[in-house]
Amino acid sequence: MALTPVLTAHWDDPNSFEITSYKKHGGYVALKNSLKMTPDEVIGIVKDSGLRGRGGAGFPTGMKWSFVPQNDGKAHYLVVNADESEPGACKDIPLMLANPHALVEGIAIGSYAIRANHAFIYIRGEVPHAIRRVMNAVEQAYADGFLGKNIQGSGFNLDVVVHAGAGAYICGEETALLDSLEGRRGQPRLKPPFPAVAGLYASPTVVNNAETLASVPSIILNGADWFKSMGTEKSPGFKLFAVSGHVKRPGIYEAALGTPMSELLDYAGGMRKGSKLKFWIPGGSSVPMLTPEHIDIPMSYEDLSAAGTMLGTGTPMMFDHTTSVVKAVTRWLEFYKHESCGKCTPCREGTYWITGVLEKFEHGKGKEEELTIINDVCGQIAGRSFCALGDAAATPFPGAMKYFADEFLQATKTSADASFPPSATTIFEKAGV
Amino acid sequence: MSIKTITEEDIKTLETLAAKYPVRRSALLPMLHYVQSIQGMVSPAGIQVCARVLDLTPAEVAAVATFYTMFKRFPMGKHHIGVCTNTLCALLGGDELWKQLTNILGIGHDETTADGLFTLERIECQAACTVAPVVTVNWEFMDSMNPKAVRELIEKLKMGAPVQSTRGVQITSIADSGKVFAGINDGKYAESPLADDSMLAGLRVAKERKMSAPTGKGTK
Repeated sequence: MALTPVLTAHWDDPNSFEITSYKKHGGYVALKNSLKMTPDEVIGIVKDSGLRGRGGAGFPTGMKWSFVPQNDGKAHYLVVNADESEPGACKDIPLMLANPHALVEGIAIGSYAIRANHAFIYIRGEVPHAIRRVMNAVEQAYADGFLGKNIQGSGFNLDVVVHAGAGAYICGEETALLDSLEGRRGQPRLKPPFPAVAGLYASPTVVNNAETLASVPSIILNGADWFKSMGTEKSPGFKLFAVSGHVKRPGIYEAALGTPMSELLDYAGGMRKGSKLKFWIPGGSSVPMLTPEHIDIPMSYEDLSAAGTMLGTGTPMMFDHTTSVVKAVTRWLEFYKHESCGKCTPCREGTYWITGVLEKFEHGKGKEEELTIINDVCGQIAGRSFCALGDAAATPFPGAMKYFADEFLQATKTSADASFPPSATTIFEKAGV
Repeated sequence: MSIKTITEEDIKTLETLAAKYPVRRSALLPMLHYVQSIQGMVSPAGIQVCARVLDLTPAEVAAVATFYTMFKRFPMGKHHIGVCTNTLCALLGGDELWKQLTNILGIGHDETTADGLFTLERIECQAACTVAPVVTVNWEFMDSMNPKAVRELIEKLKMGAPVQSTRGVQITSIADSGKVFAGINDGKYAESPLADDSMLAGLRVAKERKMSAPTGKGTK
């Protein structure tokens, strides 16, 4: 396995975000090629490539596109999920900052394939830098005739609107995102009907993650076989891995899927000086944690799932021996409590109660029998809520208990800060300078 | 602090936002961002105006405004300061920076200094974990912060000295950021610094070790 810069290949260009730079490296040729094919041929190539969603669920993109009913006389919509908010995930925002045109071209190709004349880029609100770059890229693409009316003389029309959210993790869930985009509270909808049948404005809609769409132009340009020459059979292609935490060089590492975590960690310079890996999370706080014994696991959908976790967003967080697992888990639960939209009782109430009990453990005041209670409550949330936020909230605690039960027992006597002094966990030289 | 009135001119802007969407209600979030950028908060008057433009009831608009954390029901100061205290940032130093900022500014979560200069907020994951710990000023990122940098940041902002965000633009005010959230392009896209060390980390290693993606028929 190796690093395979495709999306990141030209990020060191001084103007990587400008259309001139993007076109210099073959940008928008894939769109021109696509417009010479039928929409179904485009879907066929993406299907053949085996591209799977990069937002977390890993659903095959070509298949998702093919679910949109054809010739139904209804307006179709393509909606980009750029609401990157998963704790640990930080790959879509840098992508939009450095290479927004790959996303815009992917949107144009995807919209053509699903016969949509309207696309929306839903970017989380709190990232003005990324919003500006994407707004500019969209304007440049209009000016060059890659968006708008009769694109490149093909007769295909496409309007793209850049839309900012307003601070709600739940809007990363596709149906909540659609409600939010309709100007409502971002609360998930019951499925079915799936968005492919009744999505935005009750019309057929495809919701794709930003990195997924940005990966499409290179597939059209170089072919499905080229894409499949990277990665594994079930996880083909390249992926942006954002490695963070107690590593020497945190950052974006674009590599073939299936690259072992140990290799990614090596690229990132290893753990910081004098530190030992304690636990790591392969793809956002919503997937179960792993330990150093799992470090050689290939970062693919299938291998991580076999290890009892998930690839998720493919953004590993690495924590060293100075880190309190109890504190980490408590903080994630505080997050899920804050972000639960309140629609489903198990998630709304469950996150509230678990957090309260976990905070006792963080302060060294937990009782051993309460560990069973938390576990029971997690069991009452998982699978009993509309959307995956509930399942995600029920993940960190059982995941941590599997490997670090002794630390929770210790937290019945000693506070997290006493067992693991925060000044050792921070990455700046001396806390309290 | 006196709150500005929403003018006829502003209402015209709200109309343009609504006209961008096939269904006008889709513009509600951008419109709330816009009225907040004028008034420093989503005020009852702001809610009324949005309701009128979209032909909704004020209750329907208020229900939406109260759902999203970026919309404030109290007047914000000139600068909004956010500290990420989600797990990764918190452990890497965010908790320490939070304590420091509450001490320096003498305020807590969702509170504003008496001089109206700063509003402080504990914020959730900002999708910048590779540059943790992160502090935001008017949602512009200050990456890889430490206590010394935080102290200098606040001193500069107090003096009105120029502060450049590590990912975004030169800091002005929360009002200006709000217009961007409303979908109004301020043309400052090139003011952000180029890709930083964290964004180039993988590409640099690939070049050092002579690694690349396979050559495709369309590779340039």
